[in-house]
Amino acid sequence: MSDIKNIHNDYSTKLNNNLSLEEINQIKTELFGKNGLISSQFKNIGSIPETSRKKFASDLNQIKDELQNLITNKISEIESKKINEKLENEKVDVTLPERSFIRGKIHPVSQTIDEISSIFSEIGFSVEEGPDIENEYNNFTALNTPDNHPARDMHDTFYLNENKEILLRTHTSPVQIRTMLKDKPPFKIIAPGRTYRSDSDQTHAPMFHQVEGLHIDKDINMGHLKGCLNYFIKEFFEVEKIKMRFRPSHFPFTEPSAEVDIGYEIKDGKIIIGEGDQWLEILGCGMVHPNVLKNVKVDPLKYQGYAFGIGIDRLAMLKYGINDLRAFFDCDYRWLNHFGFDPLDVPTNYRGLSR
Amino acid sequence: MKITFDWLKDHLDTKLKEEKLLEQLTNVGLEVESVEDLSSGLDLFKVAKILKTEKHPNADRLKVCDVDVGEKEIKKVVCGAPNAIEGLITIYAPPGAVVPKSKVKLVVAKIRDVTSYGMLCSESELNLSDESDGIIELSLKKYEKSIGKSYFSKSDSNLIDLSITPNRPDCLGVRGIARDLAASGFGKLKNLKEKKIKSKSKQIIKVKINKDKNQACSSFGSCLITNVKNTESPKWLKDKLVSIGQKPISAIVDITNYVMLDINRPLHAYDADKIEKGIVVRNSKFGEEFTALDNKSYKLDDGMCVISDDKGVLGLGGIIGGIRSGTELNTKNILLESAYFKPRSIRSTSKKLNLDTDAKFRFERGIDPSSIEDGLNKAALLIRDICGGEISKIDIQRIETSKNKTIKFDTNLFKKITGFQISTKEIFKILENLGFKIKKEKKYLKLTIPTWRPDISQEIDIVEELVRITGYDKIKIIDPIKERTKSTLTQSQKLFHFLQRAVASKGYLEAITWSFTDSNYNDHFKDKKKEIRIVNPISSDLGVLRNSIFSNLIMYMNKNLDRGFKDLSIFEIGPIFTGSNPGEQNTVVCGLSAGKRSRLSWVEKERNVDVFDVKRDVVQTLVEAGYNSDKFFIDSETPNYYHPGKSGRLFLNRGKDQIAAYFGEIHPNILKKIDIKTETLVGFEIFLDNLKLPKKTLKDQKIKFEVSDYQKSERDFAFIVDKNVEAQDLINAISNVDQKLISNIKVFDVYEGENIPENQKSIAISVTIQSSEKTLNDNDLENINNSIVKTVENKTGAKIRS
Repeated sequence: MSDIKNIHNDYSTKLNNNLSLEEINQIKTELFGKNGLISSQFKNIGSIPETSRKKFASDLNQIKDELQNLITNKISEIESKKINEKLENEKVDVTLPERSFIRGKIHPVSQTIDEISSIFSEIGFSVEEGPDIENEYNNFTALNTPDNHPARDMHDTFYLNENKEILLRTHTSPVQIRTMLKDKPPFKIIAPGRTYRSDSDQTHAPMFHQVEGLHIDKDINMGHLKGCLNYFIKEFFEVEKIKMRFRPSHFPFTEPSAEVDIGYEIKDGKIIIGEGDQWLEILGCGMVHPNVLKNVKVDPLKYQGYAFGIGIDRLAMLKYGINDLRAFFDCDYRWLNHFGFDPLDVPTNYRGLSR
Repeated sequence: MKITFDWLKDHLDTKLKEEKLLEQLTNVGLEVESVEDLSSGLDLFKVAKILKTEKHPNADRLKVCDVDVGEKEIKKVVCGAPNAIEGLITIYAPPGAVVPKSKVKLVVAKIRDVTSYGMLCSESELNLSDESDGIIELSLKKYEKSIGKSYFSKSDSNLIDLSITPNRPDCLGVRGIARDLAASGFGKLKNLKEKKIKSKSKQIIKVKINKDKNQACSSFGSCLITNVKNTESPKWLKDKLVSIGQKPISAIVDITNYVMLDINRPLHAYDADKIEKGIVVRNSKFGEEFTALDNKSYKLDDGMCVISDDKGVLGLGGIIGGIRSGTELNTKNILLESAYFKPRSIRSTSKKLNLDTDAKFRFERGIDPSSIEDGLNKAALLIRDICGGEISKIDIQRIETSKNKTIKFDTNLFKKITGFQISTKEIFKILENLGFKIKKEKKYLKLTIPTWRPDISQEIDIVEELVRITGYDKIKIIDPIKERTKSTLTQSQKLFHFLQRAVASKGYLEAITWSFTDSNYNDHFKDKKKEIRIVNPISSDLGVLRNSIFSNLIMYMNKNLDRGFKDLSIFEIGPIFTGSNPGEQNTVVCGLSAGKRSRLSWVEKERNVDVFDVKRDVVQTLVEAGYNSDKFFIDSETPNYYHPGKSGRLFLNRGKDQIAAYFGEIHPNILKKIDIKTETLVGFEIFLDNLKLPKKTLKDQKIKFEVSDYQKSERDFAFIVDKNVEAQDLINAISNVDQKLISNIKVFDVYEGENIPENQKSIAISVTIQSSEKTLNDNDLENINNSIVKTVENKTGAKIRS
């Protein structure tokens, strides 16, 4: 009995010393080898008197477990120390630059178009398109702007043939005509796209972007128009409150017609939408003129509704604080990088337009 | 249209303030463009008297004047005007004053060593006339007592510039604007009892309107004023014109301008003595010529409306008068014209001749045909008051009588269109104030449209009048319903958005460039497409529609390289044009990548971008868009703007139906011509319209999940083939050996050079073989190996490398 206690004490003390892996293995053999101190004690169990045998076996097992645990712990302690030393040697300077990864950017106009589509999608508009090259009929005549009408002077038009029948569309409104000629009412569409006017200075580009909106049904009135645009502007600028003003105006293809201003103020050089007492014109709209409906074979006695046209570039400038329209099309790498959007920033309804 | 509140008050009784006016103008649809305080600073210009003049010691033509400006101190002013003489009363501008014409702020200045305190002004410098010969000479009698006082009377009325929409010619006259304001409750329209000409003498110059085809003149009113003495306008008239930024010229011209601005009635004054045997209004004949008041000579077409006499064309009716019969300061007898010309004709004539005048602007929008007499009365009486003379009776020739238009208006339409209601009483009030005559019939109102409103022709126009005057703020917002019955985007629109973002995610910055381009650049990239010229381009370097996006992209790439950037990738998605008819366009995604990868990297080896970078971008983009890359087929036939040896053409499948994309290096010759400085330039084009839309939704694409857990085996092969054999041929040959067992094929080495015969290359391929039914034994694998070698050797002429 005292033998095994002595073994326990002796080896516990030994194992608490600073030992190498080899020395521990040596001890392991001394104790648990074929003729090891503990192993031989197990062989002795049979010779112990029956009365104390049970106690002896139990004590021996306990001592065995304890010593084994001591050895295992000691080994893993040494091993982990070894690994740590190795890892310490492998240390790199993590402040060095990472491997390069280049992601491109989405142009602010494209991002804005996606935002607009997302907002109008929510209230049931679908997206239509039309060609950049238009005939004079779709661009003007069908839109109640006959030849020799002074309203044509409001559009400086690029022509593709001498007799001025083929042109670059001056607005997205011909998509209204194409859509209504192609399908039957009701219509509820938006049509974003490129538009062209032969006008070029600091605030005008010969090419710009518009989005057309058209909603024709049996009882769509100016209240719906106001509601739709109010909703759009609030959603687009991501503000709770919006100051909006409808002003009478004139477009040949709508009657009554309106221009819409939004309230803003300049704070610390930045434009704040929805506050202040300055007004900014952002779009034109109105009730589709009965002559236009007649031109596309829609009965104006049965159907009525509104149309609007918004300058996309202008909206993007306002929302993202871009000062210079010309820069949109100047392709300066620095500008594209600065104002561009990560392609993963897809405007959605559920996640919100922007992060 | 420029107005002042003061002028408005000639027609409007109101006690309201200007601030409210600006708001109300906007509310009724007369948009205020700008408000300018013209009189600010003008009070500095003082009436002054030259007391003494001396010759400038250092300049022959200059004088040094002692000027009394009403202060104790006499001012010394250097002046070059020959008429600056002792005793002259003129206008003095002190240092600090801003000269209206040049906008220059005066300072105390040394002129050839003599200090000049301010300036003596000419009429031209003050924008009072074009007179710049000498300084203003004021009448001694009138101004002697005003020395030291401001010359300009103080006006509190700002210059208000309105943007009048083309449908509202009536608001090109101050009275029209006043009428709109009054209808909206802003004051009351004054009832002006205009005086009429009372004369016994006949208008003796015979006027005839020819009944030509499409005669643009339907009536011609005239009145003869004899023995006038044209003079300077009185101050009230000058002030009026100056207050809206116009220059007074002479009484007769100023009066016709005033009547035009006041009631939108253009008039024309002829020197009656220069008219040969009466006036004929007729269509022009091709080749007729005349010199207009703008001193330019115009050659006319057939069928333009001209006012002529026995000697030929006097003027273009409603557009511009001619030099030959123009009035001058010494004109004695005047024939005053007040006519009606049809808008369409005015517009087509002025467009053809590229002529733009104030009269034309008004006539093409539609002048009130019933204002002919009013205009003559008003102008003739003013001329007589100011210039003296005798007025004849008014003569009016007509070939058509203008009828008053009427429409039936169902008052229910108002609510149907605007969503809110106003009372019948209100409707009556608004329409009457706007000048409509109303007759109530059973179910509707019968409205007689005022003659000055050519824009109103149907019921909807009445709704607009009513809602405009009532105020758009009365329209109630109806919130939209969040409901979608149709998908927002079509398949191809989704593809557009997808490709756009897929390419951007591969390191390309999205650019948007013009749809037009420089033909010199376009020529490099137009391939076999035809050039589409713009008839009236904004500049010659934007003269054609682009046949390829490359032309613009490469131009801007070059600009960015010039900015000092080296490694750039940009792309654009948008239209290219194949013809000049609507619809002859294709949507293309086009990308360009320049320079190196990993330039100056501490961790990676730098290398030039190459064809396989763009190939990856194209293939990966298409894969992300839902196309199966196993089916792609690639060959090397590309347009001539690509490097012939380093570019490829991609089809979505072997059927070679339509080209999905090109990719490759841009042809070095083009880089040289454009002088673009970069190590390499690679690009790609993906043709959206050629991509068959993936019909399957994601739901359909996710088919049953099947994988094999049986052991797989990887075998490597090295084949020696002719240099021109393509890797794609080897891969296809191998995959066709057993599509069930061969699960992956990968080229891992291509080698030419030592140990390989000339004109041949070695391609090393790793093939993964796995069955979905069992573990393959050595025998199975050996069989497959043999057939791979045999097939490749047979199909491509390759030899397995031993």
